[in-house]
Amino acid sequence: MVKVDVKYTKLFINNEWVDAVSKKTFPTINPQDETVITQVAEGDKADIDLAVAAAKKAFHRYSPWRTMDASQRGLLLLKLAELLESQSRYLAELETLDCGKPVKQSEEEVYFSASVLRYYAGKADKILGNTIPSDGEVLTFTMKEPVGVCGQIIPWNYPIPMMSWKIAPALAAGCTVVLKPAEQTPLTALAVAALVKEAGFPPGVVNVVPGYGATAGGALTHHPDVDKIAFTGSTEVGRIILGAASAVNLKRVTLELGGKSPLVVFNDADVEKAAQIAHAAAFANAGQCCCAGTRTYVQSGIYDKFVKKAAEIAEKRSVGNPFEDVQQGPQIDEEMYKKVLNYIVAGKEGGARCVAGGDKVGDKGYYIKPTVFADVQDDMKIAREEIFGPVQSILKFETFDEVVDRANDTNYGLAAGIITNDITVAMSFSKHVRAGSIWINTYEHVTTQTPFGGFKDSGLGRELGEDGISQYLETKTITMHVPKKPEF
Amino acid sequence: MLRSVCKLVQAQKANFATAASAAPAPQTKPEILYTGLFINNEWVKSSDGKTFKTENPANGQVIAEVQHANKADVDKAVKAARDAFKLGSPWRTMDASERGALINKLADLIERDRTYLASLETLDNGKPYKDSYFGDLYASIKNLRYYAGWADKIHGNVLPADGKYFAYTRHEPVGVCGQIIPWNFPILMAAWKLGPALATGCTVVMKPAEQTPLTALYIAQLVKEAGFPPGVVNMLPGYGDTGAAIVDHPDVDKVAFTGSTEVGKLIQRGAASTIKRITLELGGKSPNIVLADTDLPRAVEAAHNALFYNMGQCCCAGSRTFVEDKIYDQFVELSAERANRRVVGDPFRPDVEQGPQIDNEQRDKILQLISSGSRQGARLAAGGGAAPGPGYFVQPTVFCDVTDDMDIAKTEIFGPVQQILKFSQFDEVVERANNSEYGLAAAVFTKDLDKANYFVQRLRAGTIWVNDYNVFGNQVPFGGFKQSGLGRENGPYGLRNYLEVKAVVVKLADKNT
Repeated sequence: MVKVDVKYTKLFINNEWVDAVSKKTFPTINPQDETVITQVAEGDKADIDLAVAAAKKAFHRYSPWRTMDASQRGLLLLKLAELLESQSRYLAELETLDCGKPVKQSEEEVYFSASVLRYYAGKADKILGNTIPSDGEVLTFTMKEPVGVCGQIIPWNYPIPMMSWKIAPALAAGCTVVLKPAEQTPLTALAVAALVKEAGFPPGVVNVVPGYGATAGGALTHHPDVDKIAFTGSTEVGRIILGAASAVNLKRVTLELGGKSPLVVFNDADVEKAAQIAHAAAFANAGQCCCAGTRTYVQSGIYDKFVKKAAEIAEKRSVGNPFEDVQQGPQIDEEMYKKVLNYIVAGKEGGARCVAGGDKVGDKGYYIKPTVFADVQDDMKIAREEIFGPVQSILKFETFDEVVDRANDTNYGLAAGIITNDITVAMSFSKHVRAGSIWINTYEHVTTQTPFGGFKDSGLGRELGEDGISQYLETKTITMHVPKKPEF
Repeated sequence: MLRSVCKLVQAQKANFATAASAAPAPQTKPEILYTGLFINNEWVKSSDGKTFKTENPANGQVIAEVQHANKADVDKAVKAARDAFKLGSPWRTMDASERGALINKLADLIERDRTYLASLETLDNGKPYKDSYFGDLYASIKNLRYYAGWADKIHGNVLPADGKYFAYTRHEPVGVCGQIIPWNFPILMAAWKLGPALATGCTVVMKPAEQTPLTALYIAQLVKEAGFPPGVVNMLPGYGDTGAAIVDHPDVDKVAFTGSTEVGKLIQRGAASTIKRITLELGGKSPNIVLADTDLPRAVEAAHNALFYNMGQCCCAGSRTFVEDKIYDQFVELSAERANRRVVGDPFRPDVEQGPQIDNEQRDKILQLISSGSRQGARLAAGGGAAPGPGYFVQPTVFCDVTDDMDIAKTEIFGPVQQILKFSQFDEVVERANNSEYGLAAAVFTKDLDKANYFVQRLRAGTIWVNDYNVFGNQVPFGGFKQSGLGRENGPYGLRNYLEVKAVVVKLADKNT
């Protein structure tokens, strides 16, 4: 077992490391072998109160954070990006230890996270208001001000990237942050917090409080001094948060939730290439991806050939110790592990044909075989519900309009993909499918410049790109009387 | 003599600088490393062996001999820039974000060598070292970082066209850009030009001013060190003939020029034969309007720096100070006293506020205009002639009782000569302020909101300052109305000059919104 030095296990408030007020701690587990890595301070309401107070103070109109040039905020974000890159190996190993993703993937994700910080670093002094030719004897202009103290709750599937997606636009806009990492994966959030301090952000600008959803998360979403909540996680919890946001004050809310994204392969596709794309779409991150391509629709002309290829590729997928050169590590924890195995059982019992995998791997750690189901029907459980595991479902279709209807027949709307070389089919599909991201002849191509988010129950608002900053801003319209015929 | 409480207001610099702490000690004899032509990331001699000398205006001595690019060299450089711009080239195929990373790297390197570059700038241009260090270098670094951040945020649009079409725009780099920069802010002008051109993906052939080639040449080497592919930036020292060859070259897509209005007009005419896209930042005779309700000592200090900054060699200098009659006499007295206190001397000394003018030609022009002032009836309140010593020094000079028809009120002097004119009515001063072929900048000093808005709306100038002067932010556009220029630099507006819009319209089988 690789030894990774865990340096930070306390709460990070006002640039200081503190125990929880209650002195309680909780364990974080290594999904490779189900052992406890370490105890971490467990934040609850009292700690959230302290963190929010710190963030509120750091947002005061005369604070260092509020009075520095926007370009200076950008420089701090650049510095943070540099620090992440300088520690990429350490952060990658810590990430893999806590969440089980292959270490090569963890390291790539550290660089991706740095690119998000860089993007928003460049944005900080480019947030523009307008001057407006309004009716009347006035001069009107709009200012885009930071919305305020932001509560940010992030998931366990991409811990470091999810932290960068949240703090980068918030800080570029001039907000202050209280971030609650997932209870399954608190360690890298704390390591990044240490770098926030090293980069030179003033105290209270970023605060990190590990803890549980119902307690720390609940306290954050109900706190009267939190102006905005950003959450990434399940649709079920997203609904709770939306409700909580209006309970006490009127928090602005953005949500990135679940999906059951269709990837549609037409007859003119190159079967080998399409099967590779579909494989990555379903199995990346052990299937623990909100926008995973979890309904693979293949046109009847190439269906059988495609299924055979998909099964072949899945059988070859390497599963094992994520510190070694494997494609897939363990699932995140026992709860998800059992849930995924139950879905596999449901798939078999529901009548789908299992052509690859279909079982767990070994008896220690939460490893599951890459599983492929063919002859899946739209009404099967595995076709309707988000599994969040390494399970690919392949469905057959005949015509364009039929598959568009079936693709849209879901309450989710996070992403979709199409594989075809026909311009018209590709463009029409992009127009008609109700999803926030559409990929053509590729899948899950997400970059810091491109907005990402869901239609329907998959979310509210967009992250990344230019759109990603708008939710951290509040528009103020200032109207000044200017006499048309002044008397002096 | 009027007794007034004259607070010793801290000298107000052009507002780039931040620290009031001392700069690191300058290198008064910096090593001259690069004097050739920089083409395709290589240093070469001019094809006909011609060179020219660049001097230190503080003592008239030659600093170095520099290669003089001729037409054949320009052809080579343009070809290099054209090749670097070809589709499929490293520059055209790298991610936009990577262009941004390269520009940030260039900013890092300039920051690394900030003391050396500030020293070299002062040696070649004569501006006080503390201004080079805290002003020019700082602003240049920040400007490059600003544009580095734009590289992957240049968006086209998707547009709701009529009919069954998918319509969008691509904002593509305009191509090979000829950039001709002046001698008054050598590094800063290089940064203002390179930033947006590189952020948008263009390639560049730059000609620094013949009076001040050295810092631009050093920057070229840093461009190579930063990792820009060969041919993306080419640097050709030379004279007006070099510039003309760049402007005339059929393979240059766009020309950006900062300099005199006179040369700007030549360039516009030259560009006409090939419909080259051009942007021009030219001269000015900017009005600084001081109302009676303002804080007088503060306004005097601001007006002083508005004119005298950079030895008066500033396109947007406040060279017509209009003062409301109620405070006119006081204002003149305080301004004269301030000008007499201005420290002139060796620009490497930390207490010096004013170095030499750039060269003999400029100094002669300034002295002639000073003579005309007295001859045409203005009253000399301070200075009035050359300052002693080797080098092209001129005394800080103040004229009062200036009227609009005098040469010193109409002609751009580009030297340390302040004109103070009297006015009584607001509509009168607006008309007089606008009565100029120039329109680069203007300012109004007042506490009153309605008065400020009154002037902001009516003054025809590209930048209007309220209660301050010479404030430049990389985020804010700068440029001239009328004959002060065409187009804007800095801010998001600065990008437009380097982009060409391509609309793409794709036929669809069906339509919905």
